[in-house]
Amino acid sequence: MKVRYILPSFEVLRNESKCTACRLCERQCANGVHSFDPKRGAMVADDAKCVNCHRCVCVCPTGALKIAASNDAYRANANWSRDAVDEIYRQAQSGGVLLSSMGNPNTYPEFWNRLLINASQVTNPSIDPLREPMETRLRLGCRNVTIERDRNGRLKDTLPPQLELDVPVMFSAMSYGSVSYNVHAALAKAAERLGIFYNTGEGGLHRDFYKYGKNTIVQVASGRFGVFRDYLDAAAAIEIKMGQGAKPGIGGHLPAAKITADVAETRMIPEGSDAISPAPHHDIYSIEDLRQLVMSLKEATGYRKPVIVKVAAVHNIEAIASGVARSGADVIAIDGFRGGTGAAPTRIRDNVGIPVELALARVDERLREEGIRDNVSIVVGGSIRSSADVLKAVALGADACYIGTAALIALGCHLCRSCHTGICNWGIATQRPDLVKRLDPDEGAERLVNLITAWKHELEEMMGGMGINSIEALRGNRLMLRGIGMTDSELGLLGVKPAGESM
Amino acid sequence: MKIDARGQTAKRLNAAIAASHDKVVEVEGVVGQRYLGTALVDKILKIDGIPGNALGAYLDGAEIELFGNAQEATGDTMNAGEIVIHGNAGDATGYAMRGGKIFVEGDVGYRCGIHMKAYRDAHPAIVIGGRAGSFLGEYQAGGTIVVLGGEDESRTVGYFCGTGMHGGEIWLRAAQPPSTLPPQVRADKVDTLPEHIEELIEQWCEKFEKEPNIYTGSKFLRLTPDTANPYKRLYTAN
Repeated sequence: MKVRYILPSFEVLRNESKCTACRLCERQCANGVHSFDPKRGAMVADDAKCVNCHRCVCVCPTGALKIAASNDAYRANANWSRDAVDEIYRQAQSGGVLLSSMGNPNTYPEFWNRLLINASQVTNPSIDPLREPMETRLRLGCRNVTIERDRNGRLKDTLPPQLELDVPVMFSAMSYGSVSYNVHAALAKAAERLGIFYNTGEGGLHRDFYKYGKNTIVQVASGRFGVFRDYLDAAAAIEIKMGQGAKPGIGGHLPAAKITADVAETRMIPEGSDAISPAPHHDIYSIEDLRQLVMSLKEATGYRKPVIVKVAAVHNIEAIASGVARSGADVIAIDGFRGGTGAAPTRIRDNVGIPVELALARVDERLREEGIRDNVSIVVGGSIRSSADVLKAVALGADACYIGTAALIALGCHLCRSCHTGICNWGIATQRPDLVKRLDPDEGAERLVNLITAWKHELEEMMGGMGINSIEALRGNRLMLRGIGMTDSELGLLGVKPAGESM
Repeated sequence: MKIDARGQTAKRLNAAIAASHDKVVEVEGVVGQRYLGTALVDKILKIDGIPGNALGAYLDGAEIELFGNAQEATGDTMNAGEIVIHGNAGDATGYAMRGGKIFVEGDVGYRCGIHMKAYRDAHPAIVIGGRAGSFLGEYQAGGTIVVLGGEDESRTVGYFCGTGMHGGEIWLRAAQPPSTLPPQVRADKVDTLPEHIEELIEQWCEKFEKEPNIYTGSKFLRLTPDTANPYKRLYTAN
């Protein structure tokens, strides 16, 4: 007798009176949940295969489908959650390391929602963004330069290369391989139209996307996939990936199953073998070594491109950031522990690292104390969900934000957290041609442009409300924030006053 | 063209090399300047002295001949071209190279050939005349590493050779396999060397003016991974 230890998490609810058995759900579900039962002349569902991606619900022409969390429950136990029990069943069966995707879904405290934004009244009037100019444009890079004059007294241009953004938001690193060709196409097109940047991740740059080079950040990670002269030359900036919020301290591993011929070609690796990014860069054991990689990349590109160093938010992030700011890097990207991923060991994703809000506040403070804040710009990511999160990040000290998950949601992602399976019914985290084509790159680009344009308006409204007309004037302006529901030590770490306390 | 490197920064040296109209550029008196020949495409660079780290990083077709010892990260992420070192090379030589060749007359340090790859027609190769330190060919995904071992065949490589190796091949002039081979790497004794290895050794002999047949009759071991997916069974979907 076969015992099923792990029971379905979801239940497919079909309204029989609405269902016309058109079988669209069956064709759209790559997980094989739906099928037609000729005996009954009706559709049936295998709940166990459902990952709750909502594709069938969204395409059902008669609105006959709903997915619900299964109300089948183990005996209630405040200590042993259902997930905790199921994970033990999984490991007892397989002996494997649990693999998950997207960001940490657990109920840790978060701080964006405990920060409140100020508004001006009476003595310092608010600004109407519909009537008055608001500046959301900014530059990323080193600003710490000495002023030099030529023989005739004219200023010499000593400013290192910078990135100019129309909005303080960029699309964060997601590699071709972890996401589909059409995702990259949509991100690249949208970045170009928005005057911002998307990031290749460490999967190389597809030949078709070289034309978007001036809006592209290319990544150099421990596996050095796809890194060569043309790749570096094509980009607007180069990002060295030292860490990722979803999996600090470990590398990446794209299984051969996801490595199609085109992915292998772009990564410049043999087809059929895994793409393994080692946990550390094996030539970086110190800040001096990091400096060497930063400078060799600058040397390779004629000092024309800013170099970003991306690190995960971990306990000693202040010291790490201080080192990075002295490494010759132009930008530090800090990725918080809620950041997404195409695949990460569950235990790492859910337990390693710290919230980006805390990391950002501490790093900004530390760099100021050390007098090196102008050496670098700070970009933060790891669950930026709205324009309000962006605004709070800037007020805490960030120059700009990276969004990954939010961009994928704009493209249709329903956060089913099954990217690691390689079967994505929305055409995002998959390489299967029949699934990839479900995502129209032009429509996707349009949706991304809409999202960021809407965020820009919201930023302008919030800034106007504060009486601030330039994003640069908001940066590090923590007096514009108040904390609510936080302990004194949390308020101290964030450097904000409690709600109710005046200037 | 000849360049005197004394008192010059790497940045100025590289700029001078790039600006040269001659195909062959000789650089003398090099003392610790890093990143020489970075991403160089079509020059022949002859260096006298001891350059700093990352010699020939991202090299893309140029030839570099060094009369002296090399430091760390020589040929990092090299794409094409050739580096010949008349001396020893430091740690992480040929890190992630995916094309071209590196010939070292003497020994190499730790982590040589780590994450080396192959790609389309590009099959990178590193030939080491002396010994290799620990972690040789770690995470190797493609390409060929040959270690000739110098005088002493019994101490060809250090510890943890081929950890995480999932492609390519390592050839060791040795009678016994290294003591710490990972389970997915197999070592086969080979009596007759295949043509492409013979050719690499011949090229090495020619570059360093050795008798072409000094290694004929030596015992060689071929290390290869038995899977391209060493970690497949490690994970379970959650």
